[in-house]
Amino acid sequence: MSMNTQGRPTAAGDVGESFRPKTFTGNRGLDMEEPLIFEFGSLETTGVDLDEDESAEFELGSFKRTAEIGLPGLAEPEAMRHYVRLSRNNYAIDSGLYPLGSCTMKHNPRLNEKMARLPGFADIHPLQPVSSVPGALELIDALAHWLMVSTNTSAVAMSPKAGAHGELCGMMAIKAAHTAAGRDPKIVLVPESAHGTNPATAALLGYKVVNIDAKDDGTVDLEALKKTIAEHEGNIAGIMLTNPNTCGLFEREVKQIADLIHKADAYFYCDGANFNAIVGKARPGDLGVDAMHINLHKTFSTPHGGGGPGSGPVVLSERLAPFAPLPFIRKTDKGLELVETEAATKDSEQPFGRMTAFHGQMGMYVRALSYMMSHGSDGLRQASEDAVLNANYVRVGLQDLMSLPFGERPCMHEVLFDDSFLKDTGVTTLDFAKAMIDEGYHPMTMYFPLVVHGAMLIEPTESESRAALDLFIATMRDLVMSAKRGETERFSGAPYLAPRRRLDETGAARKPVLKWTEPAPAEVTPAAAE
Amino acid sequence: MTTYYSKDHEWIAVDGDTATIGITSYAQEQLGDVVYVELPEAGKALSQGDEAAVVESVKAASEVYAPIDGEVVEANNALVDEPAKVNEDPEGAAWFIKMTVGNSDQLSDLMDEAAYKAYVETL
Ligand SMILES: Cc1ncc(COP(=O)(O)O)c(C=O)c1O
Repeated sequence: MSMNTQGRPTAAGDVGESFRPKTFTGNRGLDMEEPLIFEFGSLETTGVDLDEDESAEFELGSFKRTAEIGLPGLAEPEAMRHYVRLSRNNYAIDSGLYPLGSCTMKHNPRLNEKMARLPGFADIHPLQPVSSVPGALELIDALAHWLMVSTNTSAVAMSPKAGAHGELCGMMAIKAAHTAAGRDPKIVLVPESAHGTNPATAALLGYKVVNIDAKDDGTVDLEALKKTIAEHEGNIAGIMLTNPNTCGLFEREVKQIADLIHKADAYFYCDGANFNAIVGKARPGDLGVDAMHINLHKTFSTPHGGGGPGSGPVVLSERLAPFAPLPFIRKTDKGLELVETEAATKDSEQPFGRMTAFHGQMGMYVRALSYMMSHGSDGLRQASEDAVLNANYVRVGLQDLMSLPFGERPCMHEVLFDDSFLKDTGVTTLDFAKAMIDEGYHPMTMYFPLVVHGAMLIEPTESESRAALDLFIATMRDLVMSAKRGETERFSGAPYLAPRRRLDETGAARKPVLKWTEPAPAEVTPAAAE
Repeated sequence: MTTYYSKDHEWIAVDGDTATIGITSYAQEQLGDVVYVELPEAGKALSQGDEAAVVESVKAASEVYAPIDGEVVEANNALVDEPAKVNEDPEGAAWFIKMTVGNSDQLSDLMDEAAYKAYVETL
């Protein structure tokens, strides 16, 4: 028999489950502490090993640098490891269920990425001659077409870079339409449950924001709306309404609301953040919407930040279409034209101006169109249905233990709970959210919308399987029961298992440290020097 | 001096023709840690219901409304540097503004302490 002298015991020594060594590096296994790049990169060296060219003459005269540049020098593997480690601390839709309500954190199909990386799309430059990029124009036009078809609208402003930017664009079109009609109304109506960007947008344009109360069922109170319209007759520019609203409920009286608004010579801006619930089921244009942004990074599966910038095209009704901002694409007999300047417009085109230097987020357009075309209209409809189904599955799985502020009626793509189920437990919505981190879940949206106390807004999206939802529901049930049993430690200090414990939000807001300063070198005491 | 309370969780301490205005302890508790306060300039004319100040916490931003008509006499600018005071002593040192009482009839629509306490109980 030949002997394998490399055999080794595989069982761990008997030290007990809870023993945790204090490590020399501060790392916990493969979960590494990552310093700032300035804290480990050297300011004296560079990552490139080239001899100084002493013969070279300096040609920039007085622009010669007199001080050190102060950037840390790193070799390529150092720089790469730094960012890979940081990325591992990032919770992403690619790593787990991400129930952040009002955000539609759905799977971003890899097909989108593959298309966006095609050199013909990825390598074009916004300043290259338009004649050299007919394919890009065609793609933007095709995306615009499908956005208009799915909303039944007449025009679309493609350039806004996010939902909030789209709101600004839509409201600027509304303002331009009033101005063109010789009107100057001063008020924008915003329901109580609106996202903060709605009143902020109106205020930025100089409008006075007037709140519309909600009914007990969480939707707009039509009677309150009528009263407010009468009170401010002739002075209302428009309403900014989210539908489905931020309570996850469909505003069933949306047609009546639109009619009342139109009768008051005002426009209906719809916040389309929640479009994912109704794609292929209802067209906003049919509901009387005059302008609506579509967050491509929500409904159409482009990345939310990180992987790329956002994009918030705005669809416009026939009445607002002439005011769409530059640049826009015009269809002619000879093909597509890019209209970039006021001088190139026709009489029927009255752009209110321009919102961006260039044409918008090309990479996002490619991804969104790729998502649409790979799903088809039936697939998009099914995605919406599944998103609503999943949210209701979560609702039914939790409603006996948690508290629904508006009763057990079906929700749309997200389900809203309030914190009354935590009453007298000593656990707050914030504590509960932090404890979810220990369980490996990104928390739901909390304390929004403001209309319910201690809000918890859960949006599972269509991406999750039934098994994933079952595990999420079981985890939430376990947390709720733990809170109700009085196990407050599990919550009050959470998260315990994340790379960082609970952050001091108040301190960060009251005394923000916005700039890195080099820490003073540690003083060497005689004892330590020995 | 008489102290009144509003449904918007403000207290109004009236001394002669000057009113001192702040937010109640209940309001401060609901807001959570206050991180930012914006105050009006002295001399600003306010009508009842106008936005007089802004208070922002880690959870939300809210407005402080003028409970009566009047003119701002003085703002408590110490709150701007130390918003934490609103949590520490909301009904004392952390008053927001002093204003003139433009129309004393409006005071009769406000609550006294007992009525305010009862109102908070219902929330
Ligand atoms: C209801 C609602 N409106 C508007 C926005 C703003 O969109 P964006 O974040 O793309 O600017 C959001 C964002 O989360 C939202 O939830």
